[in-house]
Amino acid sequence: MTAVSPALRILPEILLTLTGVLVMVTEPLLSAKTSRKPLGIFALLGTLAAIAASAWQLHLPAGTAFFNTIQTDAFSVFFHLLIGGILLVTLLVSLNYFEGHSTYVGEFYALLLFSAVGMMLMTSAIELLMVFLGLEISSISTYILAGYRKRSAVSAEASIKYFLLGSFATAFFLYGVALCFGATGSTNIHSIATGVASGSSPLLLALALGMMLIGLGFKVSAAPFHVWTPDVYEGAPAPVVGFMSTAPKAAAFAVLLRITYTGFGTMSHIWIPLLWIMAVASMTIGNLGALTQRNVKRMLAYSSIAHAGYLLVAFTAFSADGLAAACFYTAAYAAMNVGAFAIISYLSGYDERRVHLQDYAGLAKRHPLASAAMAIFLLSLIGIPFTAGFFGKFYVFTTAMHSGLWILVTIGLLNSGLAAFYYLRFLSQLYMQPYDAAQDISEAPAQPAFVLGIAILVAAVLVLGIIPNRVLRLAQAGAATYFPCSGTNAAEVHTQPNLLR
Amino acid sequence: MMLAWTIYISFLGALALLLLPKGSATLARSLALLTTIVTFAITLTAFVQHRTGALLTVTQKSWIPSLGIEYHLAADGISLILLLLTGIIAIAGILFSWNIERRVQEFFAFYLLLIGAVYGVFLSYDLFLLFVFYEIVIIPKYFLIAIWGSTRREYGAMKLALYSFIGSAMVLVGLLAAYIVAGAKSMALEDLARFPFPLHFQMWAFPLVFVGFAILAGMWPFHTWAPTGHVAAPTAASMLLAGVVMKLGAYGCLRVAMTLFPLGLGPWGFHVLGLGSWRDVFALLAVIGIVYGALVALVQKDFKFVIGYSSISHMGFILLGLMTLNQLGLAGAVVQMFSHGVLAGLLFAVVGRMVYDRAHTRDLATLGPMNLNKAIPFAAVTFVVAGMASMGLPGFSGFVAELMILIGAWRAFPLFAVCVGIGIVAGVAYIWRAMQQAFFAEAGVEPTSMQPPLPPISIPERLGAILLIGASVAVGLYPQMLLNVILPALHSPLFDGLRKGSWQ
Repeated sequence: MTAVSPALRILPEILLTLTGVLVMVTEPLLSAKTSRKPLGIFALLGTLAAIAASAWQLHLPAGTAFFNTIQTDAFSVFFHLLIGGILLVTLLVSLNYFEGHSTYVGEFYALLLFSAVGMMLMTSAIELLMVFLGLEISSISTYILAGYRKRSAVSAEASIKYFLLGSFATAFFLYGVALCFGATGSTNIHSIATGVASGSSPLLLALALGMMLIGLGFKVSAAPFHVWTPDVYEGAPAPVVGFMSTAPKAAAFAVLLRITYTGFGTMSHIWIPLLWIMAVASMTIGNLGALTQRNVKRMLAYSSIAHAGYLLVAFTAFSADGLAAACFYTAAYAAMNVGAFAIISYLSGYDERRVHLQDYAGLAKRHPLASAAMAIFLLSLIGIPFTAGFFGKFYVFTTAMHSGLWILVTIGLLNSGLAAFYYLRFLSQLYMQPYDAAQDISEAPAQPAFVLGIAILVAAVLVLGIIPNRVLRLAQAGAATYFPCSGTNAAEVHTQPNLLR
Repeated sequence: MMLAWTIYISFLGALALLLLPKGSATLARSLALLTTIVTFAITLTAFVQHRTGALLTVTQKSWIPSLGIEYHLAADGISLILLLLTGIIAIAGILFSWNIERRVQEFFAFYLLLIGAVYGVFLSYDLFLLFVFYEIVIIPKYFLIAIWGSTRREYGAMKLALYSFIGSAMVLVGLLAAYIVAGAKSMALEDLARFPFPLHFQMWAFPLVFVGFAILAGMWPFHTWAPTGHVAAPTAASMLLAGVVMKLGAYGCLRVAMTLFPLGLGPWGFHVLGLGSWRDVFALLAVIGIVYGALVALVQKDFKFVIGYSSISHMGFILLGLMTLNQLGLAGAVVQMFSHGVLAGLLFAVVGRMVYDRAHTRDLATLGPMNLNKAIPFAAVTFVVAGMASMGLPGFSGFVAELMILIGAWRAFPLFAVCVGIGIVAGVAYIWRAMQQAFFAEAGVEPTSMQPPLPPISIPERLGAILLIGASVAVGLYPQMLLNVILPALHSPLFDGLRKGSWQ
C-alpha cells in the first residue's frame, strides 16, 4: 500500500489541473479573433487522459495518501469516472456554444476543468477540510460559469443568487466541520467514526451533522434547501446547467455518503429520519413544482429537485445495495439530465430563444434527430423501461424496500407516476403540436462534436437501461468498500426487512 | 420456439416503418399488415400445436444476474389464448385503419410498438420483464391517442397515461415487496408463486397489486379513464385499448396478483357491511361495474360512449369470474377476455371506422335521420351481429363466457348473480337502443339521397369484420377449443396456491 506514490492517487486531478492551467495561460496569447476551439479540444484531450487515469486507478490497491486526506477506492473511482464523463460530454456539447458570442471562451474551458478538479477531490477526500477545499474550488468555478452570459440580466441574477446562497451553505458546512472537530477532536472521517461510536457529546455531533446536511442539501438541491434551483437554472447558460445540475450533485452525494455511512454510521437513527423527510419533501415539492411550470428550464430544475429526492431514497436505505443504487442512479441521472439540457442549449441557442413550452411546438418536424434524442432523455426521466431512468429507479426502490422503507417507496413511486404528466406534456409539445413556421429560428447546424456528445449520452441512457450489469458491478464494487460483506445479501446484515413485522 | 419472434417482429416492423422513405402510405400499411399477419401466424401455429396448455418455455436467459432477473419468456394455455387474441385484434386494427392519411408511418410504428409490448406482457414469465413490457405499453398508446385522436384527445391521452402510471406504481410496490420478502433472489413468477408469503403480508399486498392491475382492466370506480380514452382514441387505438390493453390488466390480476397472493383472497375474520374478504369487495365492485356500466351506456348520446361504457360492463364480468374462484368462473373469465376482446374491437370498428369516418358524427340523434341501414347496410348488419354477440346470444363467444361466469358466480355469490341479471337486461337494452337510434331510426321511410352519398364500406373493413365475427362464432360454437387449453393451465403448479388456498 505504501508503495503507491501519493501523486498517483490524485493523478486525474493533477492532469485536469495542468490542462486547465495550460488553457488559462494560452488563452491571452491567442489573438482576440482566433477561434478558441483548439483550446476546447485540448481540454477534451486532458479530460480523456484524466478519465483514463481514473480507470487505471481501479487497479491500484485501495489506500490513502497525503497524510490520510485522500483515499482512492472503487467508490472514489466510480465518481471520478462519472464526473470525468460529465465533463467530457459537457465540453463536447458546448464546444460551439459560445462561438461568436463571448470573448472569454478559453476561460470557460479552464473553469469547467477546475470545477471538475474540485469535485473529484471531494469524492476522494476523507478529510473534511479537504472536502471543504474541493467544495470551494468547484463552487467558485460554477458561480462564475452560471453568470457566463454576461450581457443577460437573468444570467447575472443566477450567478449572484447562486453565489450568495452557495456561500451561505458552504459556511453551514464549515460550521458543521468545526463542531465535528469540537466533538471528536478530528476532521478525518475515520477518526470521526471512532469518536461517534464512542458516544461522547451526542448533542454536539447531532448539531454538526445537521449543519453539514444543510450545506450538502443545498448543493444537491434537496428540499427544503432547493429554493435557489429554479432561478439559477433558468438564468445560467443551458450547457452549464447540464453540468452543474449533475456533476456537483454527484460530488456532494459522494461526500454525503462518506459522511453519513462512514463518519456517522453509528448515528444512523438520527440521520435516517432526516434524510427520509428530505427525500419525501424533495420528491413531492419537485414534482408538484414542475407541474405548473411553463418555462422549460424551470421545469427541468424542479424535476432535478425531484430526482435528488429519489437519490435520497437510496441513501435512506443505508445498506450496501442502497449505496450501489445511489451510485448507479447518480450516473443514470447524469446521463439523462446533461442530455436534456444539451438538447435545449442546441435548440434555443446562445441567446435562449426557446424558453417556454410552446416554443417547442412541433419541433420534431424540423429537428427530428434532436427531438428523438430529447424524447429518449425525457422517457428516461419518466422512467420508461429500457432506459437508464427505469432501471435506476427500480434499483433504488428495490433497495429501499429491502430496508423496510415501504412507505417511502410508495410515496416515491406515486410521485414518479405523477411526474409523467409534465414530461409527457413536453414530449407532446415536441411531437403533436403543429409546427409554427412563423417562429422559425435558423439554428446553426449541429457540429460533429455536439452530435458525438449527444450520441454518447443516448448510448449511456440505453446501455444503463438495457444491460446495466457492468456499471452495476462497478457501483457494487464501490459499495463493497463500505460494506465489506457486500453482494446482494449484504443489506440483510444491516437491516432486516421489517415488512413482516 | 417461435413465439418470442412475435415481440421481435413487431418491434422490427415498427423500426422498419420509421426508416421507410416518406410518402408511401400504401407501402407502410402493407408492411404493418404483413408484420401483424406474420405474428398472428406464429401465435396461431403455437396455439394449434400446443394443445395441452401446459407451460411452454420459449426462452430463458440471464439478464441482470446480481438481482436475479432473467429474460424468461414462457406461455401456458391462458397466455396462448391472449396471444392469439392479440394477433387477431392486431390484424383487424390495421384493416380498420387503412384510411389513416396523416403521419401514416408513425401511426403504424406506434401501433406495432404497442402490439409488440402487449405480446411481451403475455409472454413474460419473469415479473421484472412483465413489468418492463407493461410500462412500455403506456407510451405508444399515449401517442396514438394524443396525435391521431378526436374528441378531447390530449385530455383523454393524459388521463389514461396517468391512470396507467399510478396503477403500475401500485403494482411495482407490491412486486418489490414480494421480491424482497421472498429473499430477493429471483423475480421468476413461478418461484414467487411458490413462496409461502405470510398471511398478513398477502392481506395488504394482494389488494395493492390487484387494484393496480384492475385499474387498467377498468374496475369500477377506477374506470373513468376508459370511456374518455376510448372516445378520444382513433379507431385502431380504441380497438387495441378495449381489445387487448384492458386484458393486460385482467391478465395481471389473474396471473400475478392472484397466483402470488392467494391467501389475500381469504376471509378477514370480520365483516364490514356484510363483506368478509377482499374477494367479496372486488366481487362487489365487479358487479357494480357490470350494472353501472350497462346503465350508463343506456343513456349516452355519443355512440362511442355507449361502447366505451359497455366495455366497463363486460370487463366487470371478467373480474367477477376471477373472484368466483371456481374452475368454471375462472375459465369463463379467460374466455370472456377473448370474447370481449374480439367483440369490443368489432363494435369500436363499426362506430369509429364504418360510421364516424363516413358520417362525421357520433351523436345518436343526428345519426338516426341519416338512415344508415340503407346507406351503409354492411355496417348495420355488422353492428347487429356484434350487438347480438355482445348481449350474449347463443352461438357467439359472449354467451359461453357469460354463462360460465354466471354459473360460477351463482355458486360463489348467489346474491350478486341476481344483480348481474339486471346488468344483462340493461345490456340488451343499450345495444337495442343504440342499434335502433343509429341505424333504424326511420326504417320505414324511404331513404332520402344523401349529398354526397356515404362512401361504401371498403374491402379491408369487410375483411376485418369477417375476421372478428368469425373468431367470435368459432368460440361460440366450439368453446372446447379454448377450454381445452385453459383448464390444464389452471391446474398447473402456478395456480397451486390458489387451488389449495381458497379454491372451491
